[in-house]
Amino acid sequence: MSKSKSNYKWGMVIDLDRCTGCSACVVACQAENNVPVVGEERSAEGRMLHWLRIERYWDGEYPHVRARFIPVLCQQCDNAPCEPVCPVYASYQTPEGLNGQVYNRCVGTRYCANNCPWSVRVFNFHEPEWPKPLNDQLNPDVTVRSKGVMEKCTFCIQRINRGKMKAKEEGRLVRDDEIQPACAQTCPPGAIIFGNMADKGSFVFRLSRSSRRFRLLEDLGTEPVVIYLKGGGREGA
Amino acid sequence: MPEEEGLKQKNIQEMNEKMLSSIRPPTGKWVFLAVVLGAITGWAAYAWWVQLSTGLVVAGINRPVMWGFYIINFVFWVGLSHSGTMVSGILRLSKANWRRPILRAAEAMTVFAISVAAMFPLIHIGRTWKAYYLIPLPNSMGLWPNFRSPLLWDLTAINTYILGSSLFLFLGMLPDLAVVRDRSVGIKKKIYTVLAMGWRGTDREWSLYGKASTIMAALIVPVAVSVHSIVSWDFAMTLVPGWHSTIFAPYFVSGAMFSGVAAVITLMVILRKAFHLEHHLREEHFDNMGKLLLVISLVWSYLYFAEVLTIWYGHKPIEWEVFIFTADRYSFLLGLMVLGNAFITIPALCFRRVRRSVTVMLFISILVNVCMFTERFLIIVPPLSHRNVPFMWGNYSPSWVELSITAGALAGFALMYTMFAKFFPIVSLTDVREGLEMKKKLKIGRSTVNARIEGE
Repeated sequence: MSKSKSNYKWGMVIDLDRCTGCSACVVACQAENNVPVVGEERSAEGRMLHWLRIERYWDGEYPHVRARFIPVLCQQCDNAPCEPVCPVYASYQTPEGLNGQVYNRCVGTRYCANNCPWSVRVFNFHEPEWPKPLNDQLNPDVTVRSKGVMEKCTFCIQRINRGKMKAKEEGRLVRDDEIQPACAQTCPPGAIIFGNMADKGSFVFRLSRSSRRFRLLEDLGTEPVVIYLKGGGREGA
Repeated sequence: MPEEEGLKQKNIQEMNEKMLSSIRPPTGKWVFLAVVLGAITGWAAYAWWVQLSTGLVVAGINRPVMWGFYIINFVFWVGLSHSGTMVSGILRLSKANWRRPILRAAEAMTVFAISVAAMFPLIHIGRTWKAYYLIPLPNSMGLWPNFRSPLLWDLTAINTYILGSSLFLFLGMLPDLAVVRDRSVGIKKKIYTVLAMGWRGTDREWSLYGKASTIMAALIVPVAVSVHSIVSWDFAMTLVPGWHSTIFAPYFVSGAMFSGVAAVITLMVILRKAFHLEHHLREEHFDNMGKLLLVISLVWSYLYFAEVLTIWYGHKPIEWEVFIFTADRYSFLLGLMVLGNAFITIPALCFRRVRRSVTVMLFISILVNVCMFTERFLIIVPPLSHRNVPFMWGNYSPSWVELSITAGALAGFALMYTMFAKFFPIVSLTDVREGLEMKKKLKIGRSTVNARIEGE
């Protein structure tokens, strides 16, 4: 984080106490980012293209069973294992700490997907398809990816860029809360909070200092910037 | 004295005739074989075309198992390509004279196996038509490929090995090509004249040839070791539990030697039968190759044991999970691999009678390669199936496209080999005759000594 000269360091906090597992974020992400629809059969084969998924785990023994939900998206690691293995630099680190993915550079070795411990990278096994009328509502700000390339969560980079451009026009930095990725914008209980970690006063930064904080697979040392807040208050840990 | 000289000349002529028998005009059988192999290869090409036009959805790969049969095949064929290096390079340097009749066959195998292997990354990647992005040339924006990626090391290593092993094969073949040139007529003569590159057999040429062969043999061995080490680093450099291991490089190199030597034995049996080379590929050759296979089998088993012992003793949950999953889901394959590579092969090869029986050696050598293919499957698929996040655990089984291309690779290899054996001397005339010269008795003063005593 300290290496970056940028004013921005995008990060996310996901409060598992607030997450209800409603999957609105999954749908919002799909609509915002032109994620193709693959259908039931191909999903079962593991060809689904969701950039964001809700993992559901069962906790406890019957009858005291609780479902636990963890929304998992690209963790935008600072030491991302997906980046050095790409032979063509399709996967690289942006100055603002995102793991960029250049679709038209990607040759589809799928090495990055193997080396992502969260398995959040998805591969276009075939040309993208949308059932009618979804094909009429593609987002013009987002590239439609062709077959044979990898893709993954971008933190809605099109929204980040738009926000930065507006701020630049007005000669200021992006304000806290000004940029929202689709998932955070949609989340009904407000479990997903996005913002600038480089701004020590931002809401996301303050939340990220919580004593409930943890990161998924933190022991691998990849320094993810998606920070989870441990759930379990009411249910008892 | 002139009579003796004449007899000698006649013997040499006969020997040349016999060893060059493979390049006589093709028979009906040969044409039939070539057509069958060509048809299988053609079918595989069709399967690849289907994959190119519809996308990798026609293959069995999925998330989380993003690498499947193509990468297994890639590792397998790179492994087979270590045969020629082993037999020609190492055995040449260690002056093992029994290698002579088999070295050409083994060197050719190296070239064709590595060529087949080099096809698989192209078939594997999502956008084959953009594969040139991997070539180390900057694009219009000055962007080079990523030299930190093990895949780029791989590309470099494979290309070096293709070039090196082709040169090695060609260099060794020069004097033989000259013999073929002198014996052929018409258009054939013109082609072989070009290929023989003006070889006349002067003393100076032979001296340079000897030096160059030794240098090439010494150079090709480190290349071979580095090639398979780098193939192993494609896996070992990742964070994938079950792949991320320091033992992978030596383990892969030993596995490659293992399957390579076994493949040479299989090939020896086939060539012996097909070209009636019983006189040149004798029991002692099988005996020696059997000993070599035994040693490599022991090395492989030792490294595998060391790897599994560490995982079991450390009992790191995720590593152990991968092993348990392998043992549970693929218990048959795991059992087959351990039996075939160690528990059957090692005791069997301890017996002289087994090593000298051509039939049994054929069976063992094929078994070893089946098991080595299985080993690559077990290395690649189970760790990918069960990675760090249990929610994304999955399974993999190959589709008809992957199976067709696998069969096509074998057929294509066999086809290239059959063609090669038809147009080039498959037994190295030069080396065999050199070996015979060494066996001669020389008269020095009153005593008779061997012309050369090392080796054998």
